[in-house]
Amino acid sequence: MELAFVIEKVVLVTVIFLITLGIAAYSTLAERKIAGYIQGRVGPHRAGPFGMFQPLADGGKMFFKEEIIPAESNPWLFIAGPCLALLTASIGSAVIPWGQDLVIGDRVIQLQVADINVGILYIFGIVSLGVYGIMIGGWASNNKYSLMGAIRAASQNISYEIAMGLSLIALLMVTQTLSLRGIAEQQAGFWQNGWFSWNVFCQPLGFLIFLVCSFAECNRTPFDLPESENELVAGYHTEYSGFKLGAFLFSEYINMFVSSAVMSTLYFGGYNFPFMNDLGLSDNVVTLLGVVFLFAKIFFFIFFFMWIRWTIPRFRYDQLMNLGWKVLIPLSIANIVLTGIWITVKDLM
Amino acid sequence: MTFGEKIYLPSIAKGLAITFKHIFKKRETIFYPEQERPISENWRGLHSLKRDEQGRERCTACGLCALACPAEAITMTAAERKKGEEGLYREEKYAAVYEINMLRCIFCGLCEEACPKEAIYLDGPFLEADYLRKDFIFGKDKLVEEPLKS
Repeated sequence: MELAFVIEKVVLVTVIFLITLGIAAYSTLAERKIAGYIQGRVGPHRAGPFGMFQPLADGGKMFFKEEIIPAESNPWLFIAGPCLALLTASIGSAVIPWGQDLVIGDRVIQLQVADINVGILYIFGIVSLGVYGIMIGGWASNNKYSLMGAIRAASQNISYEIAMGLSLIALLMVTQTLSLRGIAEQQAGFWQNGWFSWNVFCQPLGFLIFLVCSFAECNRTPFDLPESENELVAGYHTEYSGFKLGAFLFSEYINMFVSSAVMSTLYFGGYNFPFMNDLGLSDNVVTLLGVVFLFAKIFFFIFFFMWIRWTIPRFRYDQLMNLGWKVLIPLSIANIVLTGIWITVKDLM
Repeated sequence: MTFGEKIYLPSIAKGLAITFKHIFKKRETIFYPEQERPISENWRGLHSLKRDEQGRERCTACGLCALACPAEAITMTAAERKKGEEGLYREEKYAAVYEINMLRCIFCGLCEEACPKEAIYLDGPFLEADYLRKDFIFGKDKLVEEPLKS
């Protein structure tokens, strides 16, 4: 393990972590601005031009507020809940390929913290662990409403994980690899062998199912019953204040960011863009442009998350469960069967 | 339900189109305090006790406004006009102490309608916030009088 490798990875991890935090912080501003524009008003506009310093103000507010730990709660679990939520949200960004390799001198720098060959499975595992943060938060609050919120969140999360996994299986039948870098490399350019190379065009139903399940995993409207602000007070984070509440809210935005990144990489070509190999640019420029395009796709998905939030009303709990178990799972199984048939037919032709 | 309604996706798409259009429409926000909302003709704001053309106070402490007030916000103490005060007060009786408790006042304007001397009008701005209850009892000096000769 040479020193240069360690330094390279440390720098990459730091940069990615800072970018993740920055984007999550500004997502809070974007959410309020987009909500404002959709609702015919202007979001925050006093804290700096176009409210640019509002996330700093919000962060400062969370930091300075009094941290109340309810007397009857379990103090260790109470503190562990938001910590777990933030942890599992942040480590998801370790396996996403942010671009092709940068060649500086004679060093080849991979723009990915860990190119493990079970990339998607890792992400899936992290998403499953994410349920713990919410459950522990709800349980440790010693509050009926928080517990209800936590129970709903946990059951919602595990129900929609199944459909997500099944739609991923169909995708994996096409890509033949679990590694996220391998999947991104297969979607190079935009047009390949007479059809679009991005996976969304060969797995449209799978993408739709994955999108719906992402909404459920991030606890975003229309699946935000766990934190349904007007039904359960604030759901599982009712009793939290100060930095712990900030951790819960922040972890939701980091989850959104990571989900958007995963969706972009799996279905929308990741860091690939149309005509990337035909423009005659040097490899490093193509890599950097790819990073820019990946972030453009991520920002579009984040906008889409917020756009949907302010459009669709919330699902009732039984409708939510119905959708997850009785609609999405059969659909994703049908998707797998159809994909299998299509692959077999293609091979025979 | 039709098939389209059952799968819910067409109505989601329609909803998304509507909310997307709203992003580009004109926003209704008024940027207070740089801009202020236009007020109507019947606007009722802070009270002011008016003076006549010679600058004398119109109010004669008759008490009709206090009687009309549904919230019992107005109190006053009458006094007799002395020899040298003809330029200050219109008639022989005037209000030495005139207080409106702004926390009780509901800005209904009944005092304005009841006054026989056209002395009190509700044409001021919006009531501003303050910290202590006692600061909300407005006396003759503070905002209840037009300060200079009109």
